[in-house]
Amino acid sequence: MASRTPARPISPHIQVYKWGPHMLVSILHRATGGVLSTVGSVLLVWFLAALAGGEGSYATFRDVFTHDDGRLNVIGYVVGIGITLALFQHMASGVRHLVLDTGAGFELKRNKTGALATLLFSVVATAAFWLYLGMK
Amino acid sequence: MGTGTSLGRVRGLGSAKEGTHHWWRQRITAGSSLFLMLWLVASILNRSSFDYVSLHGWLQSAWVAIPMALLVLSVFYHFRLGLQVVIEDYQHDETRIVALVLLNFFTVGLGAVAIFAILKIAFGASH
Ligand code: HEM
Ligand code: HEM
Repeated sequence: MASRTPARPISPHIQVYKWGPHMLVSILHRATGGVLSTVGSVLLVWFLAALAGGEGSYATFRDVFTHDDGRLNVIGYVVGIGITLALFQHMASGVRHLVLDTGAGFELKRNKTGALATLLFSVVATAAFWLYLGMK
Repeated sequence: MGTGTSLGRVRGLGSAKEGTHHWWRQRITAGSSLFLMLWLVASILNRSSFDYVSLHGWLQSAWVAIPMALLVLSVFYHFRLGLQVVIEDYQHDETRIVALVLLNFFTVGLGAVAIFAILKIAFGASH
């Protein structure tokens, strides 16, 4: 920033802080938001457009992510699990954001517990989602 | 606290002239996206088949096409606001303007494809 006087002390940057779950969840919210906006929205629109295009274009879309027998291939697993994990993490930390916005949950212990809870939720929800689909 | 008169600040009209609109809409669309994404997740879990005929028939129902269109509007508005903040945090010179313009093109362009696809399926012939 041009207006800053060089002689002024600057505040310590992130490398001097001890990492905690709240920092991880904060940066994950941004990372997952970015991934969902780009990869996630393109995937959703690709799916919708392929379905609107007819049987042939939908088959092309499906073939990218599945084997001929309908099971997911490697790309299907990596993209599928990746995008659901990102969604559930962003969803949980987003709800946490809304709670923090009311001024609640800033006590050290509760804040840490809340951050850990979003990580737990995203892993459990992703596992439950794919196990349920796999069992059908 | 930024610039402006006391009254201007009370009204939320600081140097940005926009007050808290952006922040507030990010919250509103977070709430609507939450419900709509939960609907999408539940709908996927409820499908018994992912073949063309069954998914196409599914999206032809007004009960699916309308929430799907709302989901695209809500989520795209939400991430358009969110990515703007990310760009403003990291890009400081002219690249910021370029990135913000590209973000608008990306959001509106992709959103138009989505809405067109949904309407084409919903208003098209069934199989
Ligand atoms: C590893 C440590 C850190 C990480 C991962 C991190 C990450 C982030 C992220 C992702 C945001 C934007 C999203 C949000 O509002 O939640 C943010 C905002 C911010 N961070 Fe950090 N940060 C870290 C450390 C720090 C430190 C050490 C400071 C100050 C000394 C700081 C000051 C701020 C400020 C002022 C904002 C803007 C808040 C707002 O706009 O409401 N951060 N940080
Ligand atoms: C599922 C329900 C969702 C909830 C509850 C939610 C909640 C939130 C909240 C509260 C914020 C503001 C964070 C801040 O001010 O720092 C935010 C930011 C954001 N969201 Fe969401 N969101 C959801 C879904 C989505 C989806 C589906 C996408 C993308 C397709 C998305 C993309 C973003 C982006 C890019 C940001 C900006 C991140 C940042 O500034 O660090 N969100 N979300």
